Amino acid sequence: MSNSPMLDYLWIILLLPLLGSAINGLLGAKWPNKVVNTVALGATGLSFVCALEAVREFFANGQAFVHREYFDWIVIPDLVHGGSLFRAGFDLQMDQLTVVMLMVVTGVGFLIHIYSTGYMAHENGYYRFFSYLNLFMFFMLILILAANYVLLFVGWEGVGLASYLLIGFYFLRNSAADAGKKAFIVNRIGDFGFMLGMFLLFRTFKSLDFQTLFANVSQRNWPHEPWGYFGTFTVACLLLFMGACGKSAQLPLYVWLPDAMEGPTPVSALIHAATMVTAGVYVVARSNILFLHSTTAMTVVAIVGCATAFFAATIGLVQTDIKKVLAYSTVSQLGYMFLGCGVGAFSAGIFHLMTHAFFKALLFLSAGSVIHAMGGEQDMMKMGGLRTKIKWTFATMLTATIAIAGIPPFAGFFSKDAILLGAYINPNGGHVLYGLGLFTALMTSFYMFRLVFLTFFGKERYDEHHVHVHESPWSMLGPLVILALLSIVGGWLAAPQLFGGVDYFRAFLNPVVGQLEIPEVIDGVAEHSMEWLLVGVAVFSALLGLVVAYWMYLKQPGKPASLAKSAGPIYTTLLHKYYVDELYAAVIVAPLMWISRNVLWKVVDVEIVDGAVNGLAHGASAVGDASRHTQSGNTRSYAVWVVVGAILVIAVVFWVHLQPPVVGMVR
Amino acid sequence: MPFGLLTVLIFFPALGALALLLLRADDHLWIRRFAMLISVIEFIFSLLLLAKVPVSAKGYSLDEFHTWIHIPPINYHVGVDGLSMFLVILTAFLTPISILASWSSINHRVKEFFIMMLMLEVGVVGVFLSLDLFLFFLFWEVMLIPMAFLIGIWGHDRRIYAAVKFVIYTMAGSILMLVGIIWLYHATGTFDLPRIQEVLASDLNLVDQRGEMLLFLAFFVAFAIKVPLFPLHTWLPDAHVEAPTAGSVMLAGILLKMGTYGMMRFCLPLFPDSAHRAAPYIAVLAIIGIIYGALVAMVQPNLKKLVAYSSVSHLGFVVLGIFAFQNISMQGAVYQMLAHGISTGALFLLVGMLYDRKHTFEISEYGGLGTPMPKLAAFFLFAALSSLGLPILNGFVGEYLILLGTYQTHWQWASWAALGVILSACYLLWSYQRVFFGEITHEKNKTLPDVSARERWILVTMAIVTLWMGVGSAYITRRTAVSSQTVIDQVNPERLYEGTAPAAAPPANGAHASVLAPGLVKKISMERRALR
Repeated sequence: MSNSPMLDYLWIILLLPLLGSAINGLLGAKWPNKVVNTVALGATGLSFVCALEAVREFFANGQAFVHREYFDWIVIPDLVHGGSLFRAGFDLQMDQLTVVMLMVVTGVGFLIHIYSTGYMAHENGYYRFFSYLNLFMFFMLILILAANYVLLFVGWEGVGLASYLLIGFYFLRNSAADAGKKAFIVNRIGDFGFMLGMFLLFRTFKSLDFQTLFANVSQRNWPHEPWGYFGTFTVACLLLFMGACGKSAQLPLYVWLPDAMEGPTPVSALIHAATMVTAGVYVVARSNILFLHSTTAMTVVAIVGCATAFFAATIGLVQTDIKKVLAYSTVSQLGYMFLGCGVGAFSAGIFHLMTHAFFKALLFLSAGSVIHAMGGEQDMMKMGGLRTKIKWTFATMLTATIAIAGIPPFAGFFSKDAILLGAYINPNGGHVLYGLGLFTALMTSFYMFRLVFLTFFGKERYDEHHVHVHESPWSMLGPLVILALLSIVGGWLAAPQLFGGVDYFRAFLNPVVGQLEIPEVIDGVAEHSMEWLLVGVAVFSALLGLVVAYWMYLKQPGKPASLAKSAGPIYTTLLHKYYVDELYAAVIVAPLMWISRNVLWKVVDVEIVDGAVNGLAHGASAVGDASRHTQSGNTRSYAVWVVVGAILVIAVVFWVHLQPPVVGMVR
Repeated sequence: MPFGLLTVLIFFPALGALALLLLRADDHLWIRRFAMLISVIEFIFSLLLLAKVPVSAKGYSLDEFHTWIHIPPINYHVGVDGLSMFLVILTAFLTPISILASWSSINHRVKEFFIMMLMLEVGVVGVFLSLDLFLFFLFWEVMLIPMAFLIGIWGHDRRIYAAVKFVIYTMAGSILMLVGIIWLYHATGTFDLPRIQEVLASDLNLVDQRGEMLLFLAFFVAFAIKVPLFPLHTWLPDAHVEAPTAGSVMLAGILLKMGTYGMMRFCLPLFPDSAHRAAPYIAVLAIIGIIYGALVAMVQPNLKKLVAYSSVSHLGFVVLGIFAFQNISMQGAVYQMLAHGISTGALFLLVGMLYDRKHTFEISEYGGLGTPMPKLAAFFLFAALSSLGLPILNGFVGEYLILLGTYQTHWQWASWAALGVILSACYLLWSYQRVFFGEITHEKNKTLPDVSARERWILVTMAIVTLWMGVGSAYITRRTAVSSQTVIDQVNPERLYEGTAPAAAPPANGAHASVLAPGLVKKISMERRALR
C-alpha cells in the first residue's frame, strides 16, 4: 500500500474542492477576485494533479481494483447476529470506469474554472460563483468515486444542489430562480425512482456496496423475490434508470435542462454538458451487471435514449438562441449515450460520454466567447459574420462542430460510429434504432452547421455602433484551444480495427463493462464490408447535413423563412418544443396546486377535519349552555330535579338487580 | 439510593425557575442571562449522559427508584436508555437556543416567560425519563401548562384560541391515556413500566384481545394527537402560527416527539399484538399525513403555517418507521425525530427572525430578501435543504433509513411515502424562491438588516449540528441501536412469546377471570400472525 500513497488517500481529491468552496463561500465576500481565483483554481488544480497521480499509481499497480473504507457514514448494527444490518460507508473505489470519469471531471473541470476567471470577471458575486463551482466539483467527485449506491446518491443529490445554486446564480431574475427550482424538483422526481431502486436492490441482495452487490449478482446468489428474479432486475433497473432520466435529461424528464441555460455559460458547459448530466449514463454503465440481467430494462434504456436523441434534435433544428440549440443538442447526445448502453455497447456509451465532454464543453465555452464578444446577445438572428472578428473562437467552434457532426477523423465520429454500430448489430430491434440514430446524426450535423453559419458567416445582423465585437482574453481562449485539440485527437483512443487501429478504450474498460459486450462479430474480418458500409453511410449523412445547412443558410438565405411558413404548424410546434412544458403545467402542476389549495386545504383541512374539531367543541359548549338552565337558583325547580334524580336512581337499581350477574363486565 | 444525575436533569431547571422568581421583575437583562446560564448548565448536564450511559447497555441505565405513595404504589422511578437519552439532550440543546432566540423579541412579562421556558423543560425531560406510568402522566400534564401560557400570553393575534385548542385537544387524548393507565394498574397492580411489561409478557391472560386493543388505542390516540397524526393535526398549525418563536421551536422540536416517543415506549412494547393489528391502518394514516401535509404546506400563503404543515409530513415518516416494525426503520424513526427537531427548529427560528423584522408571516409580503440579507438567506437555504432531506445533512439519514427499512417488508408503503421526498422539495424551494429570490417587491424590505451577532451564533450552532448529524450519524445510531432492537424484540411475537405457555390458566388475581378464555383468542391470533 505504501507504494501508492494517493490511492490510500483518495479522499484528498474530493476534499480539496470542498475546502476551496468553504473558504471562498465563508470568507471570499470581501476578497479581491485574484485571491478568490487562487483559492478556487488552486483547489481544482491540485485536485486534478492528485487525480493524475492516483491514475498513475492505478496503472503502476497493474490496474488493480482499488477500494478504501474511510469511515462509517450510516450504520445500523445487527445486535442479533453481529456485524451490521445496513452500512453505508464513506468508501471510495477506483476502477477503469472511474479513471475515465475522473480524468474527464477534473480535467475539463479545471479548464472550465480557468475559463470562468475570464468570463465572470465583471460579475457580482464572483466569490459565490466559484464557491458553488468548487462545491459542484466536490459532489461530482463523490459521485464517481463512491463505492456504494448510497454514497453515490450523496454526490447525485449534491450535484443537483450545485446545479440549483448555479442555475439560480442570477437570482434577481425570476426566470433563473424558476429554472433552478425546476431543475431540482424534476431531478427529485427521478431521485424518487432512484431511491426505490436502491431499496429494492438492498431488499434483494442485502447490500448496496458495488462490490458485494455485483458479486452476489454474478454468483447467482439470488434470494426469492416477490416479482421473480428477472422481474426484480427489470424493476430495479428501470427505477435506477428513472433517476438517470432525471439527471441526464431524458424523456420524459428532460424539461429542466433547456431552462437550465439561465445559468452562466461556464456552468452550462461544466454541469449541463460535460459532467453532471452524464451521471445518469455513468450509473447505468456502473450497474451494467444488473441491466444485463434484464432484456426489458436494456430495451427500455435503448428506446428512451434513441427517442430522446431524435426528439431533442428535431427541436434543436429551429431554435434561435445559441445556448438553447446547444442545450437540445446535449439532450440529444445524452440520448445517444443511453442508446449505446441500452444496446449493450457500454464502452461506446462511455466513450461518447468522454468525447462529448470535450466537444460539448468546447461548444458551450465558444458560445460563451461569442456571447461575451456580442456583449451578452444570445440570439443567433442578431449575429452573423463574426468569422473574421473573433478568429480563435471561430476556429474552436468550427472544430467542435465538425467533431459533434461526426466527420472523421474528429472525436465525435469514432464514438458515434461505435454506438450506431452497436445499435445495428443488436438483435432487439436494432435496425430501427440504428435508422433513427442515423437520421438524428443527420439532423445534428444540420443544426450545428446552421449554428455556425448563422453566427460566423453571412451578413452582420447586429448594430455595429452599439456592439463592439472583441475577442476574448487568453484566460478564456486557452481552455478553448486545449479542448479543441482534445476534440480532434480524443477519438483516436478507440479507432476501430477497421482503420487498422486498436480499440484501446474498449479493451481498457473491458474489466468493468465487458461482461456481455458487443458480440465478437465486429472483430471478425468477414463483417468488415458491412462495417465499411455503415461508416460510409454515417459520414455521408453528416456531410449531407452540412450541405443542406450550407444551402439553406448561406446560398439561399430566404429559404428558411419560406420553409417555415409552408411547414406552418410543424414549425410552430417545434419552435414551442412540442408544448411539453405547457402540457406538464396544465396536466400535472396546475391540477395539483388547485386540488391542494381548494380541496385539501380549504375544504378537507379547514372545513372537514378542523370543522369536526371545532364542531365538537361548539357542541360541548352548547350542551353546557343548555344544561346551565338547570342551575336556576330556584328552590322549587331544584326540588323537582331531586325527585327526578331519585326516580332515575331507583329505576337503575331495580333494572340492575333484575338482570343476571355479568361476569367480567369490568373489562 | 441517593438522587442521581437524572433527578438533577429533571429538577435543575425548576430550581433555576425558583431562583428566577427572586430576581427583580424589571431587570430584564439579568433575567435573560440567568435563564440562559441555567439552560446551558442543564445542557452540559445532559451531555454527561453520553459518558455515563454505556453504548451497548441493555435496558435502562442510571435508574433511580424511590417510593412515593404506598397505596396505590406510585413510585418515583426514572431511567434512561438510548431512545430517551438523545431526546433529553435535544431538549436541553433547544432550550438555550430558544432562550437566546427570545432575547429581544420578548419584552413584556419577561420573568414569567423565562420561568415558563424552564418549567417546560422540567416537564419534557420528566416525560422522557419517567419509568412510572403515573409519574409519566404527571409530567405529561405538567408540560402542558407552561406551553399553554407561552402561546396564550406571548403569542400573536389569535393566541387565546390557539392556546385553548392546544390544551383541550391534548387533554382529550390525555384523558384516554389516564383511563388506560388506570386500567393497566387494575390489571397488573403496578404503575411501574418495566414491571407492567414483565407482567403482561409473562401472563397473556391478563387482558383479552379486545381489551388490549382498547388499551392500545387509549395510549395511541393520546400520542397520535401529540405527533400529530392525520387527521388529529389541526391544532398544530394554529398553535404554531400563534406561538412565539421559542414556543414554536420547543413545540416542533420536542413536544411532537413526545408522541412518537410514547408510541415506541408504550404502544409497541406493552401491546404488541394490537400494534400489529393496527399497524396497516396507522401506516395508511401516516402516509396520508406525509403526502397531505406536504400538499397543504405547498399552498400556504403563511410561511409559519407552511413549516407547521411540513412537520405533519415529516412526523408521518416517523410514525411509518415505527409501525413498520423493522430495526432499520425504527432507528430511522429515532433519527428522524432528532433531525426534525434540529432542522424544523432552525426553520422556525429563521421564520421568527423574519417576523422580528417584518411583523408578518405572509409570504407575499416578502420577496427578494436575498439582496438585503444574504446571510439569513444562506442559513435559510441550509435549513431548508436539511429539511428536504439532502444527503450529508441530517434530514436525509432518518428519512432514508425509514424508507429503506419499511421497504424491506412493505414496499407499497415505502413507495407511497417516498413521494414525500419530491413534495418536500416542491414546497420548500418554492417558498424559498418567493421569499428570497427575485427583485425586491416591497420598498420597505430594502433596508431590512441582516443577521445580528446573536442570531448568527444561534444559526451557526444549528448549522454545525445539522451537518454533524448528517455526516456522523453512526455516533448516534450506535447508541440507539440496543434500545430500538429492544422495542423490536418486544413487538416481535416470535421472540416475545418464546417459552411462555399459551395455556389458559387462570391468573393469580381471580377477579380478572373472564367468561371466554382470552388465552384462546390470543393463541388463535398468534397462529394467524405466524401464518402471515
